[in-house]
Amino acid sequence: MFLPDFDYHAPETLAEACDLLRDLGPSAKILAGGTDLLIKMKHGLVTPRAVISLKALDELKTITHVPGRGVVIGARATHNDLVNSPVLHEHFLSVSEAAHKMANNQIRNRGTVGGNLVNAIPSADLPPILIALDAWITLVGSNTSRTVPLHTFFTGPSCCVIDPVDEILTEIVLPDQPTTGSTYLKFGLRRSGALSVTGVAAAVTMDGDTIVDSRICLGAVFPVPVRAHDAEDVLRGKTWSDELLAEAGEAASCCALPITDIRGTAEYRLDLVRVLTKRALKRAITEGHV
Amino acid sequence: METIDDTRKTTAGPKPKRYVIDLTVNGDPRTVVVKGNALLVNVLRDELDLTGTKKGCELGDCGSCTVLLDGTPVDACLVLALEADGSEIVTIEGVAAHGELDRLQAAFVDKAAVQCGYCTPGMILSAKALLAGNPHPTEPEIRAAIAGNLCRCTGYVNIVRAIAAAAEVEAVVEQGGEAR
Ligand SMILES: Cc1cc2nc3c(=O)[nH]c(=O)nc-3n(C[C@H](O)[C@H](O)[C@H](O)COP(=O)(O)OP(=O)(O)OC[C@H]3O[C@@H](n4cnc5c(N)ncnc54)[C@H](O)[C@@H]3O)c2cc1C
Ligand code: FES
Ligand code: FES
Repeated sequence: MFLPDFDYHAPETLAEACDLLRDLGPSAKILAGGTDLLIKMKHGLVTPRAVISLKALDELKTITHVPGRGVVIGARATHNDLVNSPVLHEHFLSVSEAAHKMANNQIRNRGTVGGNLVNAIPSADLPPILIALDAWITLVGSNTSRTVPLHTFFTGPSCCVIDPVDEILTEIVLPDQPTTGSTYLKFGLRRSGALSVTGVAAAVTMDGDTIVDSRICLGAVFPVPVRAHDAEDVLRGKTWSDELLAEAGEAASCCALPITDIRGTAEYRLDLVRVLTKRALKRAITEGHV
Repeated sequence: METIDDTRKTTAGPKPKRYVIDLTVNGDPRTVVVKGNALLVNVLRDELDLTGTKKGCELGDCGSCTVLLDGTPVDACLVLALEADGSEIVTIEGVAAHGELDRLQAAFVDKAAVQCGYCTPGMILSAKALLAGNPHPTEPEIRAAIAGNLCRCTGYVNIVRAIAAAAEVEAVVEQGGEAR
């Protein structure tokens, strides 16, 4: 399997990268880990005439906690950078755990969080947990910089609001927040190297046994990662119990509109949403950010 | 990274650019001239004659092309050669020092962890990276580390045993044990 010809650029600064992207126009593609892009290119689905690698932009690789802002994850951080980040272990272990559920070790060493978001497939594993934690992202263009709440970033399968001829995703920010627990549960056909059939992330804010607030986000069951608002409404202000969580699971399945594909039928996915929502909530309520 | 602009035209249009890259492969400095689309796996096999790195799926699924890039296992079929410019690469040819089998390689032989052998280079490199960071891994850790390396022959049992033996830990491998 060979790749079509293209010119390769590895700009040294973000500004240079943005300028290149604007100057080269739609025939150029950003390359991060390449675990999605190179596969699409091998299949002839994308044929860029130039590839702009983010390789030299080390400033996009850091994961830090900035007081007053939250946990800031560079877009070029790899999945294994998330898995091994002491900052995430301290603040949101659930994000490290979600990254560990992805792909396999070799792919986790190359694939990046930015690539996972911009690639925008409905079954991607990081969007649900990041949305449940109320993440927002920064998109930088040659003359612009804007902040987008992640839950409004996706517009359809493989579609998102980024301007592909001008913008680069630079960071993902998990704001400081009162949530007391969060988790991401994934069901794949194998434990490793398998895309998710259904994924459910839940984040909760507890006051004793009372659910003050929650955010639930479903993956692989809608054209975009989707919040299960109906389920959140069921929970708000209530004392938690297994029955209540089961009711929330039912409500969550009403928020999904899955398709049948090689990984599973729509009916099966609805059932998974129901079960995984219940389990994810219980885990987030009883175990914290895991 | 130096660029060689070839202005000669071919019938198909302008000739693609060539780039000069420096790699350290198995400790030796190597300079190679590549096109933008050159994949690391092909440069290793075709330019540097290091055919121990195998190609299976070429899509990141099987791990037979696994090499260590600055110490971490990656699928060389999904890495542009240009992305590896300036990096250190270890292939299976670099594992046996001074013609002596490495302890992982010896354990693979000892535990009969090799059948057709196609997956073996990648398995050994994934295992090497694991033991470098975690000298005495648990069995689930061993299985997680090689989860990106598919073997169609052995059923993994003897591979897990071999890695455990090299790491001097006990493996309680059961046939049909769950793969992680
Ligand atoms: C074997 C295998 C298993 C996989 N398993 C999983 C899995 O379990 N779960 C899962 O979610 N995914 C999985 N994937 C998909 C993939 O690994 C991830 O989506 C990964 O995060 C993509 O990141 P990347 O850096 O490799 O992206 P790239 O391939 O480099 O880029 C993907 C797209 O995003 C754009 N892009 C990348 N970074 C930026 C940026 N900073 N700004 C603007 N645009 C950008 C690129 O132009 C391209 O269009 C798997 C892939 C393989 C090959
Ligand atoms: S050939 Fe590279 S992963 Fe299969
Ligand atoms: S020994 Fe044949 S594929 Fe592993």
